[in-house]
Amino acid sequence: MTLFRRRKPDALQGTLDLLVLQTLSRGPHHGYGIAADIEAVSGDLLRVEEGSLYPALHRMEHLGWIAAGWQTTENNRRARVYRLTRAGERQLAAQREKWARLTRGVARVLRFA
Amino acid sequence: MGWMRRLGRSLWPVGGTFDEEARFHIDARARQYVESGMSPDDARRAAERRFGSVSVARDRTEDADTFRWLDDARRDLGYGARLLWRAPGFSLLATLCLTVGIGANAAVFSWIEGILLRPYPLVADQDRLCALVGTNRGADRTDVSWPDWLDLRRNSTLADAFIAEKITGTTLSVGDRAERVPGSLVSANYFDALGVRPILGRGFLPGEDTGRNAHPVTVISYQTWRERFRGDPAIVGKTQLLNGLPHTIVGVAPQGFYGTFVGYAFQFWVPASMQPQFSAGGYALEDRGARWIEGFVKLRRGVSIPQAQAELSSVMARLENEYPDTNRGRGVRLYPLWETPFNNAGAMLPTLEIAVAVVLAVLLIACANVANLLLVRAFSRQQEMTIRLSIGAGRGRLVRQLLTEGLMLSVGATLAGLVLARWLRDALAFLTPPRGGVVLRLPGAIDWRVLAISAAIGVGATLLFGLVPALVTSRVDLAGALRSESGAVGGSRRAGWLRSTLVVAQIALSLVLLVGAGLLVRSVQAIRAANPGFATDGVLTTTVDAFTAGYDAGRGRVFEDELLDRVGRIPGVQAAALSRSTPFSYASTASSPIAVDAYVPPRDQQPTVEYNTVTPGYFATLGIPIVSGRAFTDADDDRTAPVAIVDETAAAQFWRGADPVGSRVQLRGQWMRVVGVARPIKTRNFMEAARPYAYVPLRQNPSPLVALHLRTPLGAAAMRPALVREIQTLDSNIAPGELITMREQVERTTAPQRIALTMLIVFGAVALALAAVGLYGVMAATVTQSTKQLALRIALGAEPSDVRRLVLARGLRMTAAGTAVGLFFALELTRLMGFLLYQVAPRDPLVFAAALAVVSVAASGACLVPALRATRTDPIQVLRG
Repeated sequence: MTLFRRRKPDALQGTLDLLVLQTLSRGPHHGYGIAADIEAVSGDLLRVEEGSLYPALHRMEHLGWIAAGWQTTENNRRARVYRLTRAGERQLAAQREKWARLTRGVARVLRFA
Repeated sequence: MGWMRRLGRSLWPVGGTFDEEARFHIDARARQYVESGMSPDDARRAAERRFGSVSVARDRTEDADTFRWLDDARRDLGYGARLLWRAPGFSLLATLCLTVGIGANAAVFSWIEGILLRPYPLVADQDRLCALVGTNRGADRTDVSWPDWLDLRRNSTLADAFIAEKITGTTLSVGDRAERVPGSLVSANYFDALGVRPILGRGFLPGEDTGRNAHPVTVISYQTWRERFRGDPAIVGKTQLLNGLPHTIVGVAPQGFYGTFVGYAFQFWVPASMQPQFSAGGYALEDRGARWIEGFVKLRRGVSIPQAQAELSSVMARLENEYPDTNRGRGVRLYPLWETPFNNAGAMLPTLEIAVAVVLAVLLIACANVANLLLVRAFSRQQEMTIRLSIGAGRGRLVRQLLTEGLMLSVGATLAGLVLARWLRDALAFLTPPRGGVVLRLPGAIDWRVLAISAAIGVGATLLFGLVPALVTSRVDLAGALRSESGAVGGSRRAGWLRSTLVVAQIALSLVLLVGAGLLVRSVQAIRAANPGFATDGVLTTTVDAFTAGYDAGRGRVFEDELLDRVGRIPGVQAAALSRSTPFSYASTASSPIAVDAYVPPRDQQPTVEYNTVTPGYFATLGIPIVSGRAFTDADDDRTAPVAIVDETAAAQFWRGADPVGSRVQLRGQWMRVVGVARPIKTRNFMEAARPYAYVPLRQNPSPLVALHLRTPLGAAAMRPALVREIQTLDSNIAPGELITMREQVERTTAPQRIALTMLIVFGAVALALAAVGLYGVMAATVTQSTKQLALRIALGAEPSDVRRLVLARGLRMTAAGTAVGLFFALELTRLMGFLLYQVAPRDPLVFAAALAVVSVAASGACLVPALRATRTDPIQVLRG
């Protein structure tokens, strides 16, 4: 028996991880900020499902890629703010590399199809 | 680390974490919507819609937060607890079976720990202690002389300490109470080497074990200090008479220290220099031929017994060269503590080995029963299992669920078993009678090792009884199960086979136990009926210790003459006699080199003979026939020529069958005239081989420490007051020892048999009961499961007798298989108990037949009830329903 339930391979989840890490590489953010940022930067092409975002954040936190802490926002609300860790930076680099390979490959296939 | 935090969060979940995050998220988005022109209410609704179900998101988030298995475990525990609680009958029966199995094991292991492995409370490094005894020509066990002991100590590089000791005793008179207490003569390093620190005063100083009676000091036990000296805080420095000589009390041993002799609780210790004062043989500290020491060697860390043995043997070989007169053929041998030959450890070892086998068998039977119970229950829960599987529970989860339930049962049973073991701790001492009025101390020790073993047994038992049913029932044929209307599931045939196998194993094991018990019953019967060569009925025996009251040999002789005279005149006493040793007593009989004119011993051999020192009436009192010549008379005293009597075994060996009467024999270095030949007797136990034996008269070989024997039709209770009165009239400082019949004296040597017997009978009965319950359970379940089939048969015209026969046949097939397997193992295993058996063959047909009969009757009884119930099946009701 393994301690962690093995998850189904999920390309989209990997993508969400990459987007979150990329967003946080520009500075700490709370969950809503991350979602809003991704949507804004992608020009509303990408929409983040909240039902997936928070599990992903917590999972990456446990993996040590990001760290979290409660902070008070400008309008005096408590918000859980996430930031990238060293391990997260390495992970981001690795995932970007993987993503680049994937898109290159897909692009080549499409070109020759 | 992340997993630590995760573990922490699973154990102590932080409530509201996610909810607060989600609320913030929704509020933030709503605010954004308001900024883009929505009304606050619409914005809020839209933001909530956009977020989706908070509870789904929470579940998924918390999933990421927790250790999945911990959660499962908590759920399993809760679920298991509810199930066990809802079926109290099942839970109670299963726990009871396991409690008996685990408790019996814990008790036996506590005995092994407390008696064999670490028998001496408070003594440090017991794993490095080993027992040292002397050998004669490599075989006979002897004690070691003090000079040899010193040479061994001087020349050994592999030992940290040599701890010499000789069990002794005294009559302790404090205030108006005189009482026999056991004690020990020890080397001066005794307390230091054992790591035992006296709570008051000191142990012995280096050098206090040298010089003839030079250091009359003593360390007393905590118990003696509390009870006899009322815990006097200023006890150190006071004097106490021991064997008639004032001894200075220099220390009080700590509470719980009982000395180093398995079975006894020592009350005082004196240094070895006081040996002449405590043993009747005279000053022995400078006599290389006087062997009286037993003891322990504390090996240096990392040294094995064979290494130390090799070194000590080479030392002994050098001594043999240097002192051929005293040391020819003499060696030493080291034993691990649990095989110590000079105390009760060696005697208990084989019995405890049998005990381990017996309790393991009981545990196996108990496990088989619980496995059977679990199987029955698992099948009644098959619908639940099927449903859980069909909605996606993993098979592993189901197995884990069943194992969790099993573990809960065995945790309960292990705890109850330890309580049982605590009660059983002193059972061995209870079964072993006191010797010489000294209560034996044979307790089990429940320390962390015993706890660990018990826990391991609990877990092992769970795997044994839990895993198999779990695996069988979780292998469910889903499609088949859901299709069938009743929800009954495939695999029940497999399980039926499994349950039958378990029952067969139970029957086999109980048969083996019963055969063992039967053999011991026959042995004990045979011992009861056996003739040791002397009368066991109508003879009372006790000890009279004038020596520790301060008598020397000369005064002792006068006392003994008067004693015999007075005791002989007590009404009801037909004959009375004194002797140095009593047959079948713990104190070993004396032995001496023997020389006979016409007998030339094989080269390099010094023949020895055991002998007893007796008064003229000894043979008549104990009923030992003189077959040739005469018994001793009062005329055989120190003014006449020394005489001796030999037994027929000695006559056959040293005189080659010729009548020895009238010829010369040399005993104890002195030539004597043989005046008679006696019938041989057993001297230690019934199992011993015949050995040459001799008698010399007490008047020519005086001793102030004697046993008194009375031939009388009166019982011990009736005789004791008169005896005490006569002795106290002679000297109020002398109290007789325990007065018992010769029969009791003999039966006390059968303690190992009786302990083994009691255990085998008790546990054999428990095993048989458990096996019968198991068989009954299987048969009852079989009948229930085949109700439809039976009903059909009855409807088609089967008679009740046919139904009964059908059901019984199945039960009897299992019984027959079980007894066949059991017979096979019993035939192989009973050989191992040969050392406990007396005049009964390990394959005694009568015992086997009886055990077979008992098991068959019990099994048939267990089958009969379900069979009768089967005949009462109402076909109409069953088939319609």
